[in-house]
Amino acid sequence: MFNKIFLCTFLFGLLLCNLTTYASPVDTYEFNNEVTKIRFNALTKELRCPKCQNQNLADSNSPIAADLRREVYELLQQGKADMEIVDFMVKRYGDFVLYRPRINSLTYILWFGPAVLLLIGAIVVVVILRRKPVAQTEQVLNAEQKNQLDNILKDKE
Amino acid sequence: MNKLIRFIPLVLFVALGIVLFRGLSLNPTELPSALIGKSFPEFSLATVKDAEHTVTKADFRKGIKLVNVWGTWCPACRSEHSYLIELSKSKRFTLYGLNYDDERGLAQQWLTRLGDPYEFSAFDEEGKLSVNLGVYAAPETFVVDDLGIIRKRFAGPIDARIWRQEFEPLVTQIENERKQRRN
Repeated sequence: MFNKIFLCTFLFGLLLCNLTTYASPVDTYEFNNEVTKIRFNALTKELRCPKCQNQNLADSNSPIAADLRREVYELLQQGKADMEIVDFMVKRYGDFVLYRPRINSLTYILWFGPAVLLLIGAIVVVVILRRKPVAQTEQVLNAEQKNQLDNILKDKE
Repeated sequence: MNKLIRFIPLVLFVALGIVLFRGLSLNPTELPSALIGKSFPEFSLATVKDAEHTVTKADFRKGIKLVNVWGTWCPACRSEHSYLIELSKSKRFTLYGLNYDDERGLAQQWLTRLGDPYEFSAFDEEGKLSVNLGVYAAPETFVVDDLGIIRKRFAGPIDARIWRQEFEPLVTQIENERKQRRN
């Protein structure tokens, strides 16, 4: 019984996943080969829509995204390389259009920050673990203290 | 020394907090234009008024130019329109329109009904020039100096206050630069 419910939910979930895929805008671009099509899809996924900031060009319905998709298509048809197309967009819209920012002095902290923090963390852990425990000098009880201890132990008995 | 080290995480946390807090108050839709300091792109487009009449960069007059991106689909363009008509009376610069992603009939109606502040309006149905300008919304206004260099991009409607704050100083500056070049 439970298995069936689980299966139904799972299948319904799969169905929803599919639906969201089909909700993207549909352009009727024709490509003369499969590679160009794959490049087009990759580029429109990597480039951000300048108007609707949390969507890429492929997902956005806004007119500007449609214009930019057409621009990408035309540049591909002209035989431009991926890098040239990305450069074309960056020249006009700035680094903002890149979902994967380029490595430059402004983005060092973005790219290497996490690794540096991890390294610092690791160093701190290593230093703490390797630090020698504070040497405990053996404390010797004097006669009076020994007596006291004996008394306490006796009381317990 | 040890006591100081204990405060390092707190200091880092506060610093990060300040940076992120500042980020909260930034307007994410205000993008820096990648075109400032570059030459105005070449174009060849029909005008809104006449599909047969083609305009290019050579049709820009000498002197300072304002290029205003508009569309009838854009409500903020309507709200700035009356101020643009005000601006078009100025002799210090020439105002040009760039009609973006629009229908010619609607655009013509708009200019007849609300008045036409533009020297001419280029009709950019496919967004060719607009993409070259990095336009992502309307209204946007570009300031182009007398050498054809883009000096400013302003996104959003212009009114008297914004003009005084954002444009007036730059126009004066460009005028001064021109005077200096002549001397």
